[in-house]
Amino acid sequence: MTKDAGNNVAERPASAFDEMRADGGIRPPYAEMARFLEATGQAALDQKRREAEVLFRRIGVTFAVYTEGGDPERLIPFDVIPRILSREEWERLSKGLEQRVRALNAFLADVYGPKEILKAGRIPAELVLENEGYLKQMEGFTPPGGVYTVISGIDLVRTGPDEFYVLEDNCRTPSGVSYMLENREAMLRLFPDLFTAHRIAPVNHYPEELLETLKSIAPATCQGDPKVVVLTPGPYNSAYYEHSFLADEMGVELVEGADLFVRDHVVYMRTTAGPQRVDVIYRRIDDDFLDPEAFRPDSVLGVPGLMAAYKAGNVALANAPGAGIADDKAVYPFVPEMVRFYLGEEPILSNVPTFMCEREADRDYVLANLDKLVVKLARGSGGYGMLVGPHATQEQRADFAARIQARPGDYIAQPTLALSTVPTLCESGIGPRHVDLRPFVLFGKSVRMVPGGLTRVALREGSLVVNSSQGGGTKDTWVLDDAPRCLQGAAARGKSSQTQTQTQTQTQTQPAGAVPGPLPGPGEN
Amino acid sequence: MLSSTADCLFWLGRYSERAGNVARGLAATLRMALLANPLSAADEEWRALMIATGCEPGFRQRHPVLSQDAAVQWLALDPENPSGIAACVEAARRNARAVRTALTVDMWEAINDTWIEFRRLDSSAIKGDRLPGFLDWVKSRTLLFNGAAADTMLRDDAWRFCHLGTMLERADNTARLLDVRHAAFASDAAADAANYAQWQAVLRSISALRAFQHVYHARLSPAPVAELLILRPELPRSLLACYSRVEQTLESIAKANGGGRGECHRMAGALHARLRYGRIDAVLEGGLHDFLTGVIDQNMVLGQEIARFYLNGRQP
Repeated sequence: MTKDAGNNVAERPASAFDEMRADGGIRPPYAEMARFLEATGQAALDQKRREAEVLFRRIGVTFAVYTEGGDPERLIPFDVIPRILSREEWERLSKGLEQRVRALNAFLADVYGPKEILKAGRIPAELVLENEGYLKQMEGFTPPGGVYTVISGIDLVRTGPDEFYVLEDNCRTPSGVSYMLENREAMLRLFPDLFTAHRIAPVNHYPEELLETLKSIAPATCQGDPKVVVLTPGPYNSAYYEHSFLADEMGVELVEGADLFVRDHVVYMRTTAGPQRVDVIYRRIDDDFLDPEAFRPDSVLGVPGLMAAYKAGNVALANAPGAGIADDKAVYPFVPEMVRFYLGEEPILSNVPTFMCEREADRDYVLANLDKLVVKLARGSGGYGMLVGPHATQEQRADFAARIQARPGDYIAQPTLALSTVPTLCESGIGPRHVDLRPFVLFGKSVRMVPGGLTRVALREGSLVVNSSQGGGTKDTWVLDDAPRCLQGAAARGKSSQTQTQTQTQTQTQPAGAVPGPLPGPGEN
Repeated sequence: MLSSTADCLFWLGRYSERAGNVARGLAATLRMALLANPLSAADEEWRALMIATGCEPGFRQRHPVLSQDAAVQWLALDPENPSGIAACVEAARRNARAVRTALTVDMWEAINDTWIEFRRLDSSAIKGDRLPGFLDWVKSRTLLFNGAAADTMLRDDAWRFCHLGTMLERADNTARLLDVRHAAFASDAAADAANYAQWQAVLRSISALRAFQHVYHARLSPAPVAELLILRPELPRSLLACYSRVEQTLESIAKANGGGRGECHRMAGALHARLRYGRIDAVLEGGLHDFLTGVIDQNMVLGQEIARFYLNGRQP
């Protein structure tokens, strides 16, 4: 290896898998996209990006950041170049996701019930029972429908054509699904031609699937059509837009704690026509704040008496309180074991190898290899309190080493994965940027998913942190039902593209196999 | 509908209307103050507006001396004044955002654009020649919001509660604007230039100067002016017109919410009936000031009763 080449490797230790270009060629799902990008050029794409921004601002898709001063209502940067998966890739992922979510639910039912997996010694009992995420109030109680994680967001990363890893499970109140839906709407408006050239699996039925799923976990005491509500901490919550968006799309009420009250272990909402009974609560409030009588007494966000009503079987909560024990970072390494234990299957999706600093051998390895590892808080979220070893300074690493030694139980570490990249529109042109994928899995009577999920992209060159609070953006995620058709250079050809679009629109409105009706005669238009 | 949603819509209607009303009051007062030298003291005009808008106590705490600049600043831009235009715009937008999905896009944009524009303003926007333009702009934003609501909203509870707030606020405003100049309507008030200017100012502040001519075809005089503002059904800002809408709206809300009625329905009916069958001679004889303070007080109680019955969330 020459000296120069060596330098190159040092600068980019992550010889990342690019989802569009691999092995010098264009991967099939991106065939048409690559042609389109070639033909369209930076200026036109920049224009589209500006249009997208106006669109998002207008709709009010914002992410509230109230801690840093400045405009509290910010846009999450949206990249106009989509991330594309083939149907086969998605099929495999979705099987793995379903398997994983079933195992996580079986685990929750077990640890709040018979605790077989602990008795069998497959997971250390104290790791679960003494975990902050373990909610004693849930012991011996079976939630309506027996489901704990009605809505899960499973974060996946990719390192090669067939290598997908689960980075973490989100079993509490995963957010981001509104971006998945709004990104698709924006793309439909910005690039109608691209949609004609690709058969993209739709995602816009997610709210209906969510509503069906929520209704399916209504408690047995519910009579008639279940009354579903979305419970939000309020407009100052960073994800408030999503809460109101989902409530609106499902056609249910968006409530705050003060809109609800409990009488005789039944939950009601205060309406202009008097109290109205509530059967299912999709709550976007953390466990601690749900009910001041059961958890934090100083919480003003929750509903006094809610837990008692829940345990009386008069209301369903999605997700179940205590579900967080399943996505705890210390429990995460055992999820493959859960799959084997409860389902008797081999896990389809792999975990990222994880070192638990609590264990002496792991800790020694982590401290000796900080420059190669990603260190995370065992109970952190949002990319805060995280060290990306290869990108950190000597000082930052020393700081983390001290912290790990002081409180080893608080930290886990994982090898720095070479996250896959997808072409992304940047200041200086189109460049590869690292991405992850958060598919949303619904679980009621059955498992439901819409194809794809939310792709998050680290917009800073070389950065591996995709969190929106840390400068990450999002992309539309396409699952293609078959190979893309050639657009025949519609964008490049200028004038002729007009006719092309029109023909294609006509083709689309006439479903294959449909018998065409009579054409209107002259003057009958 | 959720009680809290109804509450936000009601206050959205009230604050949006109030912002426009304060701007109207300011415009009329500005004109009077310009003409004031030969007629009355300009400061009196500003004090009168402060009282009419209920902003006087807060103003006095912060400003020992009353001046036009200080008064305009307090009423237009000072966010500390809870009834000033700035606070009204902020509160209207806050309520709108909380019930964003109950509004139409046009309504949201009307209120949100006003808010965005307002945040860009500095104190030079209300200085000298720019003040009338600013006041016209605020008035037009309220008109746009009301028009967007009237033209785009489904006639359901969202519309009803918003409209109810608008009408209740408008009635309150008309009563206050008239009350602050009640002296010019006393039986012994001279028909001189000073009082003539007062009657004109009252009409001007609710954009009804032309309307007066259309209804009465006569020179301004106290009884017809008072009658137009209190008892004429054809003037959309008269007390009668406002309470007629308040009663109607409360009726449709009752019908859409299981038919239950309470004190607010009784009060609205009583207020409406009193105006509908009232005579201006009797009102003036009993004293305009007493009559109007009575209306303002009852309006406040009516607001509380509406809140108790619909907006606070009754429990069984």
